[in-house]
Amino acid sequence: MTLLKLTGIRKSFGAVDVLHGVDLTVERGEVVGLVGDNGAGKSTLMKTITGIYRADSGTIELDGKDILPLDPGQRRELGIEMIYQDLSLAKQQDVASNIFLGREPTKKLFGLFPGFVDKALMDRQAAAMIERLGAHLPAINRSVGSFSGGQQQTVAIARALTFNPKLVIMDEPTAALAVREVQSVLDLIRRLREEGIAVILISHRLNDVLSVTDRIVVLRHGRADANLITANTNMNEVVSRIVGGGDMSAAAAHEQRG
Amino acid sequence: MATRTAEAGLWARAQRSCVERLHIRLESLVVLVVLSAVMAVLSPYFLSVSNMLNILLATSTIGVLAIAATYVIGSGGLDLSLGSVMGLSAVVGAHVAVNLGLPSVVGLLACILAGAAAGYVNGQLVTRAFVPAFIVTLGMLGLARGLALVISDGRVIYGLPPLMVYVGQGRPLGIPMPVIIFVVTAIVAHLVLAYSKFGRHTLAIGDSESAARAAGIRVERMRRILYTLSGALAGLAGMLFMARVNSGDPTAGLNYELTAITAAIIGGTNLFGGRGSILGTMIGALIMGVLQNGLNLLAVQSYYQQMAIGAVLILAVFIDQYQLRKESRV
Repeated sequence: MTLLKLTGIRKSFGAVDVLHGVDLTVERGEVVGLVGDNGAGKSTLMKTITGIYRADSGTIELDGKDILPLDPGQRRELGIEMIYQDLSLAKQQDVASNIFLGREPTKKLFGLFPGFVDKALMDRQAAAMIERLGAHLPAINRSVGSFSGGQQQTVAIARALTFNPKLVIMDEPTAALAVREVQSVLDLIRRLREEGIAVILISHRLNDVLSVTDRIVVLRHGRADANLITANTNMNEVVSRIVGGGDMSAAAAHEQRG
Repeated sequence: MATRTAEAGLWARAQRSCVERLHIRLESLVVLVVLSAVMAVLSPYFLSVSNMLNILLATSTIGVLAIAATYVIGSGGLDLSLGSVMGLSAVVGAHVAVNLGLPSVVGLLACILAGAAAGYVNGQLVTRAFVPAFIVTLGMLGLARGLALVISDGRVIYGLPPLMVYVGQGRPLGIPMPVIIFVVTAIVAHLVLAYSKFGRHTLAIGDSESAARAAGIRVERMRRILYTLSGALAGLAGMLFMARVNSGDPTAGLNYELTAITAAIIGGTNLFGGRGSILGTMIGALIMGVLQNGLNLLAVQSYYQQMAIGAVLILAVFIDQYQLRKESRV
């Protein structure tokens, strides 16, 4: 069953056309790799899905519902989560504040005044979420800026998963991680698929993409240029579609060694 | 050696729990206590109840402005127009009550509304015209001061009705009215900033605007509300000042924005946003109040007082940066 359906998405910034009519579908529980050279429009495309950018034309449907007019907060409530490359964490705030940012559980202060944050509940649920991810953080009340890169990644992932998303978009989640941390992120993606959560994985690390995805979409010059079933393709083909044809065995071999 | 690390650990733990539970920096509290102790030794009059109330009374105007500064700076913004807007609202309130002859309550409300209006304009310009907050509020500093002089024709407006004077000079249960209004405002502002959704989002947009935006927080709307709130608080400060000195003075609040911002920074507000608490700011404001009061009691020339305040500001930011560097190296 189709979860997300994009048709003819166009986006330009002033005179610069970034997306020239992108078509993309994601099935429920499917892991789709999105690859392409720098400037191919990957990040722009993802931001039009989350609502940070408004597409100039085209349609975006989630579960058959048109979500184009919705703002990022509303799309998030419908189950679209994104983990940004820069993690988009508020570094001076603690773990729970980051996980619940924009969606804090509230209670009435002194039983009278609404709009106050239920910090105890937030801390408990945040701790449970970190636990579920099998991660270890030094302290849940510490500001996340004092954590290591992998630990911050954990917080960003926990934030994306806390509200039962249908689709998680990950922008280069493994780029800045140590080897062991990369494996745990890839394991996590597999686990999400088992739970029926769809994932769009943006990555330059083609080995990671080939090992964890069901399908690979190649973005080139602002179009979805190729749609490859991961089981039926190989490094050589992916690399050649990214750069646009020709014999790329040397480049592919280089990536393979990666 | 072992005891020294234990002590260091104790200090660090106290620091942390202070920040986490009370939202204040331990250093500023220590400075306030030490400063008060020194003043108490130097002047026997310092610790008397009437002098304590004097300090609070003198701090009430600056304190309200410092609350505004904490919210705006905590959100990654800046409001340089606080002092001028305060002067404008003092004049507007006095003008409405004295020259237009409207009821006192209308005069008091006019103070706050005039401030809120100036703040609203600030917020609109910052979020819709994309002019940096520094420039917008610097412009408003000139605009509001000039408008105050135009409305009052450059003269102090005297002769406020009794109810308005009561707000500034009344003493129910022996406590000055401005102190009561100031303390209530501070308590509400503290609870909202530290524990409400609005307060947490305020610090979040100051911490990382992109993270807040990605989390679905309507950043521009928040900023417009914050600048309007800042203006309204400046209006409240103008009201307190006007009522206390029993006149609408167009030069009221000259340079007060700098003192207010200093109080907020000393109290632990991050100059670049993301961190701040009203409790801390109140300690900052009291440090300034105690410093000024003590130096007055010791009959130190006011020129030296200005120097002392400047030095305290630089010292506070130095300590803050030193702490941050130490933490980031760990």
